[in-house]
Amino acid sequence: MEEKVLLKGNEIIGEAAIRSGCKLFFGYPITPSTEVIEYLSANLPSQGGTVLQAEDEIGAINMCYGAACTGNRVMTASSSPGISLKQEGLSFSAAVELPMVVVNVNRCGPGLGGLGPAQSDYFQSVKGGGHGDYRLIVLAPSKAQELYDYTMEAFDLADQYRNPVMVLTDGYLGQTMEPVILKERPESPEFDRTWVVDGCEGREKRILASYSLTNEIGEANNRYWEAKYKAIQEVEQRWESFHAEDAEYLLVSYGTTGRICKSTVLNARKKGVKLGLIRPITLWPFPVKAFEPHLEKVKGIVTVELNTGQMIEDVKLAVECKVPVHLYHRQGGMLPTETEILDYVEEMIAKDTREVQA
Amino acid sequence: MPKAVVIEKYCKSCSLCVDICPKKIMAISDQTNEKGYFVATCIDQDKCIGCALCATVCPDVAIDVYK
Amino acid sequence: MKKVFSRTKGLTEVPFTFCPGCTHGTIMRLIAEVLEELDIIENTIGVSPVGCAGFSQDFFSCDFVGAAHGRAQAVGTGIKRALPHRTVFTYQGDGDIAAIGTQHAIHVAARGEKITSIMVNNAIYGMTGGQMAPTTLTDMKTSTSPFGRDPVTMGFPMDFPKVIAGIPGAAYVASVSVDSPKNIQKTKNAIRKAFKVQQAGLGFSLVSVLSTCPTNWGLTPVDSLQWLRDNMMPVYELGELKMTEEVAQL
Repeated sequence: MEEKVLLKGNEIIGEAAIRSGCKLFFGYPITPSTEVIEYLSANLPSQGGTVLQAEDEIGAINMCYGAACTGNRVMTASSSPGISLKQEGLSFSAAVELPMVVVNVNRCGPGLGGLGPAQSDYFQSVKGGGHGDYRLIVLAPSKAQELYDYTMEAFDLADQYRNPVMVLTDGYLGQTMEPVILKERPESPEFDRTWVVDGCEGREKRILASYSLTNEIGEANNRYWEAKYKAIQEVEQRWESFHAEDAEYLLVSYGTTGRICKSTVLNARKKGVKLGLIRPITLWPFPVKAFEPHLEKVKGIVTVELNTGQMIEDVKLAVECKVPVHLYHRQGGMLPTETEILDYVEEMIAKDTREVQA
Repeated sequence: MPKAVVIEKYCKSCSLCVDICPKKIMAISDQTNEKGYFVATCIDQDKCIGCALCATVCPDVAIDVYK
Repeated sequence: MKKVFSRTKGLTEVPFTFCPGCTHGTIMRLIAEVLEELDIIENTIGVSPVGCAGFSQDFFSCDFVGAAHGRAQAVGTGIKRALPHRTVFTYQGDGDIAAIGTQHAIHVAARGEKITSIMVNNAIYGMTGGQMAPTTLTDMKTSTSPFGRDPVTMGFPMDFPKVIAGIPGAAYVASVSVDSPKNIQKTKNAIRKAFKVQQAGLGFSLVSVLSTCPTNWGLTPVDSLQWLRDNMMPVYELGELKMTEEVAQL
């Protein structure tokens, strides 16, 4: 049954997990993600699930690793420093190809940093933050409803590709209360479970491990994972185009700033500036395809980020330097207003025009 | 008749069986297995009492004992 | 004539990859025999560590999961919470459980997690080539304590099972040795009891086993057993260090 409720962003993620059939949650409290474990502690056990507050983030991710080996749906949630602690476990989970959902409510860093919203964990999220060569599928919601929808989607993607999936949100999204429609979940497709480890009754024993001291096998494994990642890159790029069709200038921004940028686009249009927005939904795979239709006519791109400029590197690769790419950014927990972003865009346009005239 | 049979492919020539055998009938032979270890062997099966101490201490589960 | 000793069904046919004379193999055999005798091979999921025992998954006949260094008990917790009716055990070296993974060891005990952990104490890091372990004895030379372990700068050897025994959720903690046939039998009894504690849902069970590392100790396998008796036994208290009343009644 569909119902519209008012919940905090972190609680929405918790509710989406329950409705996705998440059976086990292992976590460790850290602001600004804590409401996820609090919400699930109050609501998952009555649905037959398990919530365990681990000794630390390392414990939590490795408990997820163990539980995921049994084929159950599992999730953990944390914020930046806690996600750093989980990196070893994520690398192992990717290597053993375990489906799990990991929520990062990005706070600002580096170090202990602050509690405000940031996108400073972009590199860590999309480049494989731990050791070795692996990728997480990374989804970036920008509002309450997407926290709900993408979390549900994350569980399916994790099962479909046998890969950890990260829902990358931030302190602003996590802490804001917004109405959300708790849609009934479509039936989950049947996923292959012939790999799970749950006791070898009536079958051959199974092993889930990533230890290989034979270089030839090591390379074969890496090639196998590489092929999987390429397949994901081919079919799972997702993005939202907003007034991009006729745009002369494009904003590229995800999450909270992606949402702010929509207002910037609307304000720009009122002023006659043909501005559009590409809002990446999958940060990995990065939506390279989103840029293809615009390469010929767009004069400039501005990435709007809450970091020192991280996604801008992927945007530059996506447009193969055919279009100038600029950065507008705030840091340390600060958010830009839609006006500040537009001021920057207009300044960039004026500068481009001067350069062309010169 | 009790006997101790070394499964050659498992033996690593560690000599723990030689040391523990109360009848001193286990010895390292001059035969090597596929890994190149000189394998242990029972040199006088007639004296074997089937106590299985050799198998008990063998860290490679390389000895079967019959009684 | 009947076979009085043969390879347990709890082990696969894969030869152990340990060095000659290393008693890891003896401990694994005992676990596998207990799994067979309790008829739980098909019910059990083992968790292997990093280090010499990192290939455990190939040796046992039950399902296995390979964990990151020190994380076996956290992984075991995840498996057990997902499958409460399955038997879960971790097999870990002293470095794994008493250094890099200590936080998990302390907290599986505190939670009374219904898993069984086997700790192998050989006073050294074997796989990495003979470095100092948390269990390295005072004055013992290793490649990272080349002049001997000096407690002033390197700390004291830790009798880890005693630490765990002091935690309420630990239902059964035993410290045993595999240096002699008699002690090997005691080790097997302790392992059997530890698994029975788990089956009865009584809490966390730990069996710490004094073991040899002939290669990194620089001794023959036979001399290693004597070295263990002479040097490790005086430091590491043997016996059933902790047994709750319920366990005593098993």
